[in-house]
Amino acid sequence: MEHINEEQVKRRRNLRLLTNRVAQFIFMLSTLFGVIVLGILIYRVVSQGIGWIDINFLTGKLSTEPERAGILGAILGTFWLMVVVVPITMILGVGTALFLEIYIKKGRLQSFLQTNIANLAGVPSIVYGVLGMTIFVRALDLGNIVLAGGLTMSLLILPIVIVASQEAIRSVPQHLSEASYGIGATKWQTIRHIIIPAALPGILTGAILSFSRAIGETAPLVVIGIPALLIPLPGSIFDKFTVLPMQIYYWTLDASLVEEYANLAAATIIVLLLVLFLLNLAAIIIRHKFKKIY
Amino acid sequence: MKKNNHPTKTNPLNVKELIEKGKKTRKVSQKLEKIIPFILLSITAVSVLTTLGIILTLLTETIHFFNIIPIWDFLTGTVLKPLNKVPEYGVLPLISGTVISSVIAMIVAAPIGLMTAIYLSEYASEKVSLVVKPILEVLAGIPSIVYGFFAFTFVTPLLREFIPGLEAANILSPGIVMGIMIIPMIASLSEDAMSSVPDIMREGALALGSTKLEVTKRVVIPAALSGIIASFVLGISRALGETMIVTIASGSTKNFSFDVTQSMQTMTAYIVEVTSGDAASGSTIYYSLYAVAMILFIFTLLMNVIARYVSRKFREEY
Repeated sequence: MEHINEEQVKRRRNLRLLTNRVAQFIFMLSTLFGVIVLGILIYRVVSQGIGWIDINFLTGKLSTEPERAGILGAILGTFWLMVVVVPITMILGVGTALFLEIYIKKGRLQSFLQTNIANLAGVPSIVYGVLGMTIFVRALDLGNIVLAGGLTMSLLILPIVIVASQEAIRSVPQHLSEASYGIGATKWQTIRHIIIPAALPGILTGAILSFSRAIGETAPLVVIGIPALLIPLPGSIFDKFTVLPMQIYYWTLDASLVEEYANLAAATIIVLLLVLFLLNLAAIIIRHKFKKIY
Repeated sequence: MKKNNHPTKTNPLNVKELIEKGKKTRKVSQKLEKIIPFILLSITAVSVLTTLGIILTLLTETIHFFNIIPIWDFLTGTVLKPLNKVPEYGVLPLISGTVISSVIAMIVAAPIGLMTAIYLSEYASEKVSLVVKPILEVLAGIPSIVYGFFAFTFVTPLLREFIPGLEAANILSPGIVMGIMIIPMIASLSEDAMSSVPDIMREGALALGSTKLEVTKRVVIPAALSGIIASFVLGISRALGETMIVTIASGSTKNFSFDVTQSMQTMTAYIVEVTSGDAASGSTIYYSLYAVAMILFIFTLLMNVIARYVSRKFREEY
């Protein structure tokens, strides 16, 4: 063993081990970076806005005076927006997923439709806004009402709902539907009584997550032209409206004029994040509670 | 059926009637069976119509715009002053703003996202992953408007402590925050790619005496490279299309420069500015927003196609 310099081998090995340690530490710091930023973000928003949240803020109308301003209009607007978005995306999303997974044969058409949906999922939300403004607001002359905003949002989140539903449908074990066909059920009967019930938790989880995307999305609504003015509370899907993120947007923009607006924006962010948190919690509960093991 | 046969029923059905009834329901369900595929087909058509709608609206209005402003002037013009008496429409300031903000975002997101992915896939214990992954999911689920608020009220003031020349509206701060927003996406996509590298390959390298870092560098990353690159490309696509952060924190100065301490407008922010300023339908400035949206659409579509191509074409199958 004279030809091997033991000292050198040892030194090299120690160096390699040390590099590994240092690298591991850096990787850990990077991972922590995201966690820390999230912590700072939430701390900043909560410390700035929590003092402004009270019953008057939640049930008050918009006002130019920061002390009297409330977000009931925005909460109702978000609610009505969802009244449009939820049924449309559920029907279109699940319908498309069923067609792609069960009815269509593998081939050119199927891969075209699938590619199309993948591409739609990558289109920036603002482009959907431009589409909505052109088609729903101007061409169909709906104006900037809940329905126009809801239709635009539906198109925006549709690809996500479709993909999630497809995955849920695909994960229903084959032998269930085969058993159903075996006792003489038709395709639609199998879908209605076997596949949809079994895939429902997965479909709902994906759908709820995409609804929370729609609730937080701002850009398409800015393009559609949701006014910053004080408007009456929306009472149906044909009324003009504003939503929570729009309110945050306008208050943040105007924070350079009136400082308190930044606090109002922070308070609204707390409400928005709370809504999103509850939705995500619901999705997690559904996923765990109704998860069937076949 | 059973109920109808029950003897206590006042009007019991006989077998013949039952057969008739069965035939009827079968007819109905057979009809249903034929109709359903068409209903589902027309539902599926909505997503195709959406694509057509996007392309057609953008295309027709963009062509209108190029009838007023020559396409070459638009694509090579370095001055964008749509509100001047003699308006000038050059798109390069918007493109430079978009590219610069995306580059800043990727400088933040690519290394941190990749290192996070490495940590989660190669180093972290199961327990740590179970805690960190949901946190990253929360980070990914925060609406961009909240990040915009964060950039404007926290990151910009913080950066001004260190960079004295930084303007209140600048491209640096939204770029960084955009990067933070994209980290979870790159981390989770890259991590998926790395975890799908079979353990046998890692163990082989470890058995030869490699450290974990060497395994990661020489085995895992090369094997997962297509997925990692695809995640970067998707990250770029996301940054190009991001709207609210830049709209809030970068102002609306249409600068054609590369000074990141200044305010710059991106394509997305321009679309927001034009639509919020209720531009009359039919005016040149109104058409210009479609031309900008068209470029944005092409950019992001290209990125998505590239990402899919890379992840499919160069995937290593084991």
